[in-house]
Amino acid sequence: MKASAFSYARATSVGNALELLAAHGDKAKVLSGGQSLMPAMNLRLISPELIVDIGELAELRGIAVAGNVVKIGALTRHVDLLRSPEVAAHAPLLTEATAHIAHPAIRNRGTIGGSLAHADPASELPACMVALNATIIVRGQDGERRIAAEDFFTGIYETALSARELLVAVELPVARKNSAHFFHEFARRHGDYAVVGLAAQAIMAGDSFADLRLVFFAAADRPVLARAANKLVDVTITPATLAGASMALGEQLDPLDDQQASASMRRHLAKVLMVRCVSLLLGRADLNAGGPV
Amino acid sequence: MTVPVQISLAVNGERVDAQVLPRLNLADFLREHLQLTGTHVGCEHGVCGACTVRVNGEIVRSCLMLAVQTHGTSVQTIEGLSDSGEISDLQAAFRDRNALQCGFCTPGMLMAAQDWLKQGAAPDRQRIREHLSGNYCRCTGYQAIIDAVETTARARMGRKS
Repeated sequence: MKASAFSYARATSVGNALELLAAHGDKAKVLSGGQSLMPAMNLRLISPELIVDIGELAELRGIAVAGNVVKIGALTRHVDLLRSPEVAAHAPLLTEATAHIAHPAIRNRGTIGGSLAHADPASELPACMVALNATIIVRGQDGERRIAAEDFFTGIYETALSARELLVAVELPVARKNSAHFFHEFARRHGDYAVVGLAAQAIMAGDSFADLRLVFFAAADRPVLARAANKLVDVTITPATLAGASMALGEQLDPLDDQQASASMRRHLAKVLMVRCVSLLLGRADLNAGGPV
Repeated sequence: MTVPVQISLAVNGERVDAQVLPRLNLADFLREHLQLTGTHVGCEHGVCGACTVRVNGEIVRSCLMLAVQTHGTSVQTIEGLSDSGEISDLQAAFRDRNALQCGFCTPGMLMAAQDWLKQGAAPDRQRIREHLSGNYCRCTGYQAIIDAVETTARARMGRKS
């Protein structure tokens, strides 16, 4: 199908975009790369009255490292993340995850800000932001707000961003020494929406974890930071501790049923991913021998 | 109120000026305003890849880009790539390997395949599959397409060395 009619404004600055959003509120939609917005409009799932195109705002584009922070502008495209030596060095989880986002032609247009503001529970970047302890920076006419990624995602396609604000950048802490990461998703084909996925960031201390952030996606209405990971930190992990964590994970997750998978299948696959992740990061093949309980 | 917007861009090297409604996507602009009907429209929501074109040298889905967004850009379609001879070897390999039947996916498939080929990577069927994973073909079962791209990659490597 084709999108229904709308008015179009090409924003000339962030200030100009904010003026347009302030004037039109939720009747307006921000167009960044358009790789989620355009399908939704073509399918007539949404019919905004005004499109505010921020594509020309070069100030929102780019990746910079300052001190212990990697700052990524909202208009930075997936292909830019994938090719960035800074991201590969300081947030390798993000490099690995980005390769799973759709296909090359989509990655050439889609942006990090667009993906985060869209907040599809099956998408990779929101989960990575939570795993990496990112700060999401949004700007309104009254100034900037800095929102922890954990608090940013509030439901299916819902975030803490108001209709009068613009997501301008994200900040990630530079990966610490002894950091390790894991990313995997189950999907029907490479590039399809995940059936369930895991983005994990850890700090290793010898044979155990000093910190472990396990964030599941497509496992609920938003990225889920697994509380079960607490059972795996600062302890020597045995099959029994892992089984306990696995059970706790199953209790925390409340996956959706849809045409791709049932809730119980998603819960099972999430446990499989947790066991694989822990086993791989610790180099302990024995932990993955029997599969999840 | 929705009013036409003036755009100016290059299409296959030729300057184009037009007045377009904001809702018009690039695929329909190419097909209906410029009669460049080699760009095919399949799913209209970014899944099938039939509408793949190049904008500023990079492949994109033309159903997921508004014509107004192409203001100031350079667009290349299958007609441009075909007329310039850039993909004549790839097209010949598609014919030789029976890598098309109905032909609906072929323009998008050629755009995506050439995008992989021009990166100059060594022929690797898995990599080719990944690069073409966003393009649907409902006739061939893909094997012949991968064969054709692999054959072209080998031939081009041979020519370089």
